[in-house]
Amino acid sequence: MLAARLVRLVATLLAVSFLTFFLVNTLPGDPINALIPPDAQQDQEFVAQLREEYGLNDPFFVRYGSWLSDAVSGDLGRSVITDQLVTDEIKHRIPVTGELAIVSIGIAVLLAIPLGVTAGYRQGTKIDQSISALAQFLLSIPSFIVGLVLIYFLSIRLRWLPATGWTRLTESVTGNIKTVIMPAISLALTEIAVYTRIVRSDMINTLKETYVLSAKSKGLKDRFILFRHALRPSSLTLTTIVGLNIAGLIGGTVVIEQLFALPGLGKRLLDAIFQRDFIMVQGVTVFMACVYVVINTCVDLFYMIIDPRIRRKS
Amino acid sequence: MKFSPPSKRKFSLLAAFKSMGFLTKLCFSWLVVLVLSAIFADLIPGLDDPNYQAWLFDTTGNELRNDTPSWNHWLGTDVNGRDILARLIYGARVSLAVVASGVTCGVIFGGLFGSFVGYVRGKREAVVMASIDVILAFPGLVLLLTIITFVGARDLKVLCIIIGALSIPIYTRVARANALTVSRREFVAAAEALGTKQRTILIKEIVPNVLPTVLAYALVAAAVLVALEGALAFLGLSVESPAPSWGNMINLARADLRVTIWPAVWPSLALVFTVFSLNNVGDWIRQKAQKRAAAI
Repeated sequence: MLAARLVRLVATLLAVSFLTFFLVNTLPGDPINALIPPDAQQDQEFVAQLREEYGLNDPFFVRYGSWLSDAVSGDLGRSVITDQLVTDEIKHRIPVTGELAIVSIGIAVLLAIPLGVTAGYRQGTKIDQSISALAQFLLSIPSFIVGLVLIYFLSIRLRWLPATGWTRLTESVTGNIKTVIMPAISLALTEIAVYTRIVRSDMINTLKETYVLSAKSKGLKDRFILFRHALRPSSLTLTTIVGLNIAGLIGGTVVIEQLFALPGLGKRLLDAIFQRDFIMVQGVTVFMACVYVVINTCVDLFYMIIDPRIRRKS
Repeated sequence: MKFSPPSKRKFSLLAAFKSMGFLTKLCFSWLVVLVLSAIFADLIPGLDDPNYQAWLFDTTGNELRNDTPSWNHWLGTDVNGRDILARLIYGARVSLAVVASGVTCGVIFGGLFGSFVGYVRGKREAVVMASIDVILAFPGLVLLLTIITFVGARDLKVLCIIIGALSIPIYTRVARANALTVSRREFVAAAEALGTKQRTILIKEIVPNVLPTVLAYALVAAAVLVALEGALAFLGLSVESPAPSWGNMINLARADLRVTIWPAVWPSLALVFTVFSLNNVGDWIRQKAQKRAAAI
């Protein structure tokens, strides 16, 4: 079972790398034109020499093969603009994006659980309706608009927090918190809405279970039943949804890092896109897609480990 | 309770509108106004050309950019002295074109594709679903960014084609999941027992029963697409300036946030309210459909 899942993981990773390579290498626009100034593009001999040097004259599958074997051994090439190693750039910037993602998921889960539990427990009441309406509203605000509102009030009006920039955790802890909090909240609001809805519907179903009834008849307090008995099965669904939502979060970090000028992976991808730095785009895209695939496989495995029902079924 | 088979019940837009809650009525009306004004933008009397750049100062030396609302400019002007209302209305065209393309491609190609593989199963299903899994393994915005970069030209037509094509996989997945359940229903088994051709069953039985779910999904997907186009334009990767789009209006106004917030507020409100309305009306339709399904 575990082996089958791992085989599928490798197959998906291969397919993802192939699709990225295919997109970057077959879409219109000669990559050589991105490397040299327009007047040099007229020099046919020079272009031909460069094509040879970059191996662009080889058949497609030969190029894919050599790129893939390099990629597997940890070499994603060098940026055509700055000549930096793509892997170095990723290593340098992943802490920023990673911290942003973790903090925003943390905020979202911490707020969504009490909201969802309350809404599910008081299903149909005014409280439930307000929480559900709030969730629908939060779901409709794009993260960059939340970010702009935060910048306007907290940075421009109140001057509490810096509008842009990043302080590394190793430099100053409070400085780091100051720079991570607004971007993280911007990303978290949508997540809060999604998770609240999930926890609420889960809670409604779990509260119908017989073991909740038996806990009630034992005379246990409602609050105790809610958080100790009823919430436990919801943690499974929540884990899955958090895993699936990572894709949206990765996309979200691109926008938010641009808005707050954070030196993360998303900002690097965007810069590379504007500079038409195709090797960097290819490397970062493949890396992001692989992270997403690996996280979801981990979620699946985790799910299998902690829920004996699923293990037995398959 | 009076029972009438769904096929005989007439659909009345007015009756449907009356049965909505107040908020849903408001949302529905907003969507109608939005669609109509975007389509007939050229016919609205007194509406500026969205790219018309007025003088930046009037004869008495007052600045005309980032202007407050006035009789000539109901929502004021932006940093280049252009009418914000006109840019909002013409910008709506971009959002709506993207939605129209995504939903049409998704429902037609994704719906048919999904119904087909969900019904025939076997190797064809395995191949199609595996390739869809690969495409969906990419974070959507990242894939979109990569494609847009390498396609180069960024006009509305190209954008619509890309978003249309990228919408197909997710609709296929939704349609296939439904086709799987529909295929197990007794009327399909009956048709098969009668010796009906596979193609006829697909068109007469599977597709009509899969379509309502796919359409209900389309409204939710439309909300996502409006937000996605907004984000893309905010990054400067949707239609190229000076063509207006809500996202690039917000991005332009961002630089002047210290001076005035209104050029950023109006497009943000339009974006949020449109996404909210699509979600709200979508939820309403889903609830209606569930009630109807329960009644049958």
